[in-house]
Amino acid sequence: MKCRKCGGQAVLELRRHNAAFCVDDFVEFFRNQVREAIHRYRMLERGDKVLVAVSGGKDSLGLWDVLLDEGYTTTGLYLDLGIFEYSVESKSKCEAFAAKRGVPLIVSTVAEEVGAPVPVIKAVTRRPPCSGCGLSKRYLTNRVALEHGFSVVATGHNLDDEAATLFGSVMHWQTDALPRQSPALPSTHPKLVRRVKPLYRLSERETAAYAFLRKIDYIVEECPFAKGATSIAHKEILNRMEDASPGAKHNFLFGFLDRARPAFERTEALPLNECARCGQVTTGTLCAFCKLADQVKRAV
Amino acid sequence: MKVILRNPRREVDVPGGRRVKEVLRELDILPETVLVIRGDTMITTDQFVGPDDVIELRPVMSGGRDPR
Ligand code: SF4
Ligand SMILES: [Zn+2]
Ligand SMILES: [Zn+2]
Repeated sequence: MKCRKCGGQAVLELRRHNAAFCVDDFVEFFRNQVREAIHRYRMLERGDKVLVAVSGGKDSLGLWDVLLDEGYTTTGLYLDLGIFEYSVESKSKCEAFAAKRGVPLIVSTVAEEVGAPVPVIKAVTRRPPCSGCGLSKRYLTNRVALEHGFSVVATGHNLDDEAATLFGSVMHWQTDALPRQSPALPSTHPKLVRRVKPLYRLSERETAAYAFLRKIDYIVEECPFAKGATSIAHKEILNRMEDASPGAKHNFLFGFLDRARPAFERTEALPLNECARCGQVTTGTLCAFCKLADQVKRAV
Repeated sequence: MKVILRNPRREVDVPGGRRVKEVLRELDILPETVLVIRGDTMITTDQFVGPDDVIELRPVMSGGRDPR
């Protein structure tokens, strides 16, 4: 197969774009998609102080790599979830990346912040590990961003992540979740930092290819709790549809963003308060993170 | 030829002398879910792999992540 741009030997075929690319032209294609995402949703400005949430995986380290090459001012944030070997290794990948590129990395430890690592939180709450884990990540990312004066948080969510989330929401008609799904979430309260997903136009295979071709040393092994997560099942279903009809994931997500999402947008905003304990934003009196920390403290 | 699979890491032997897409089909792996790595580069699924080749089929899925 030949590169669509230069006619050289292709390394990757992108069926949904009806194209194949060589290394250099694929990297350029990838950067263009990120530029398009940033431009379309006005995700980042030159003066922004960007906090990049990194996990050690292909998506987040690839994102950091692109943003650095595009000249943005970035700092990495690694959340140590305390998930056995997986956390040890993924942390060292992030530290090695930061050292190699000479950029700052903040490390925050869930066990210190919540009172126990993710496996213990899972046991104490008797809920799926991803639930306490996701809650802690969202909370801590925002708090760190606020404390250090970052204007925006960038995450490595890709097209497959977004399509799988959308699929899950639609399957259950979670009409309150639909308007919240966007490549860019504006700040709706002075204590909520804007969040953006500059990789939303790129599939998981494309982000993996980018990380590989850019020789980024990322963690290939999955979090041990990822197995059996419903989002994985949804991704598998979507990949079967993609195989039968290239572009299916793309059309599903982009059609939603362009045409369906506005219909679910609510006019009346939920009233937001500040948590009585920690001061972070919540719709109740005590925020979900403080409740979780209480529950963990009672148990351990 | 030898195929390296990940998560967990393991190796399987399959007949070479055919295209990557035929190897994928035999192993029941969707092209959308892996990178095909040979040596220090990637190859497209129309490429032929010889009986002495080693390719890695690296899964691209990351999972369980928080939607926001
Ligand atoms: S798979 Fe679940 S438990 Fe593991 S890091 Fe992701 S959200 Fe956390
Ligand atoms: Zn080319
Ligand atoms: Zn709180």
